[in-house]
Amino acid sequence: MARWAIAIHGGAGVDPNLPEHRQEEAKRVLARCLQLGVDLLRAGTPALDVVEAVVRELESDPCFNSGRGSALSRSGSVEMEASIMDGRGRRCGAVSGVSTVKNPVSLARRVMEKSPHSYLAFDGAEEFAREQGLEVVDNSYFITEENVGMLKLAKEANSILFDYRIPLTGADTCSALAAASEKNHGAGNGMVMNGLPISIYAPETVGCAVVDSTGACAAATSTGGLMNKMNGRIGDSPLIGSGTYACKACAVSCTGEGEAIIRSTLARDVAAVMEYKGLPLQEAVDYCVNERLDEGFAGLIAVSGTGEVAYGFNCTGMFRGCATEDGFMEVGIWE
Amino acid sequence: MEASIMDGTTMGCGSVCGLSTVVNPISLARIVMEKTPHIYLAFNAAEAFARDQGVETMDPSHFITEENLERLGQAKEANRVQAMEGQPPIDDNSRTGTVGCVAVDLSGNLASATSTGGVVNKMAGRIGDTPIIGAGTYANTLCAVSATGKGEAIIRHTVARDVAALVEHRGLSLQEAAERVVAAVPRGSFGLVAVSGAGEVTMPFNTAGMFRACAADSGYSEVGIWPDADGDAGGES
Repeated sequence: MARWAIAIHGGAGVDPNLPEHRQEEAKRVLARCLQLGVDLLRAGTPALDVVEAVVRELESDPCFNSGRGSALSRSGSVEMEASIMDGRGRRCGAVSGVSTVKNPVSLARRVMEKSPHSYLAFDGAEEFAREQGLEVVDNSYFITEENVGMLKLAKEANSILFDYRIPLTGADTCSALAAASEKNHGAGNGMVMNGLPISIYAPETVGCAVVDSTGACAAATSTGGLMNKMNGRIGDSPLIGSGTYACKACAVSCTGEGEAIIRSTLARDVAAVMEYKGLPLQEAVDYCVNERLDEGFAGLIAVSGTGEVAYGFNCTGMFRGCATEDGFMEVGIWE
Repeated sequence: MEASIMDGTTMGCGSVCGLSTVVNPISLARIVMEKTPHIYLAFNAAEAFARDQGVETMDPSHFITEENLERLGQAKEANRVQAMEGQPPIDDNSRTGTVGCVAVDLSGNLASATSTGGVVNKMAGRIGDTPIIGAGTYANTLCAVSATGKGEAIIRHTVARDVAALVEHRGLSLQEAAERVVAAVPRGSFGLVAVSGAGEVTMPFNTAGMFRACAADSGYSEVGIWPDADGDAGGES
């Protein structure tokens, strides 16, 4: 009889100076979503349903960069993307360029189950959502005041900004932002994304990986993408094999620098290393995080078909939570 | 149209999708790789970017052929029949294709590129395997792979990456790795072309045929459509 396990994340690459109350808030949201997953698993819910439900909950909370609370694109609108994968048969679904669908992860699941395709985007995805009767809202529903402020900062600094949870007071001038950047660089966090300097690095995306009591694995990832991204920019989150992957052996969801995750096909690599090199879950995760990312920053969560959980990241922190059937449960941010 | 390109030496990659006026999608994918902080641009934004960059564009009608209009008509008719019988739409890609190229140069650098218009009668907004790094396209320092066939199958099997992963983690030869990936799925799923850093070429497929060609420094070259007479797919190790 297989043992269930669940891992969730709210993004990798956390600013070490994140205010205490923000950290507490994030941990509360993570704990709540984790508990939701645990309750469902205890009730025998299949892995695919669990990952969808948990990611929906994460999308609905404005705390993280997905659904409501998504980072804003260059034009000030929200463009979301998500993917989901069922380890049984490796069915998958993904969407990009979603701007009115309340829960992108659910749309991704519909693409998988109700369309002849695996991936729909932009107008086509929006149209499909309406055909399927999914809940749609005005784009403004997803936009938070805080993110509007962060976008302004990002534009002023003319750089891609990750962390929107750095408080705006005292940092709403270009020079203050530059000073903050200096501080971070001085602290040895001289992080750069795709060749462009990043003022403050703390990307979010949300994800969930689950193995249920029948041993079936599933994973899902959802995001609003990079703050101030070019409209139409697609990241790793909707790309099967990069941001999300699930098979018989494991389920994986990644977060961090999209480019690094894509070029290393990170999620798939964890599974490939388990399958082709015979490594157990934690070793596979460590190998991929340490050897695969080169200069890129990223993190991932994973579960194995045998009920283990693992996570890894090579940056300053990752919002995460894990729980296993034997009662282990933890929520964390730092190492 | 959609396309992707990958540089095996730098592991840089570029993808575009949802294009309707860009004459050479693959070149736009390369520009995304080399001139933007991103990997993947789509739809309206990709079109706008193309104009920004001054790449050649033409009216969408430039890309449409009579033959394809007829195919679309047939496909819609077939789907109509399917729908009447209460079945989901069929995704029949049997007579159209994707194009791709993999190469290794004299210094051992590898690269892969794939480009397509997608499936006949696809849903608007459908993205296939072609612009997805790891699925339709992949290159690293060991090999370069470009896949073609049923997009959904190529995505879920992360075909291009899998070939490379078998070579890398299992130590299989290029040909073994490629054949294994192709053999692991139902007939009629997909095919691929691949080259290795050592100059080997392989072109396995499990579909009725695959338009293909290859050439190697040794002087070997081949152009084909159907399986070889002895049943093997083409290629030289």
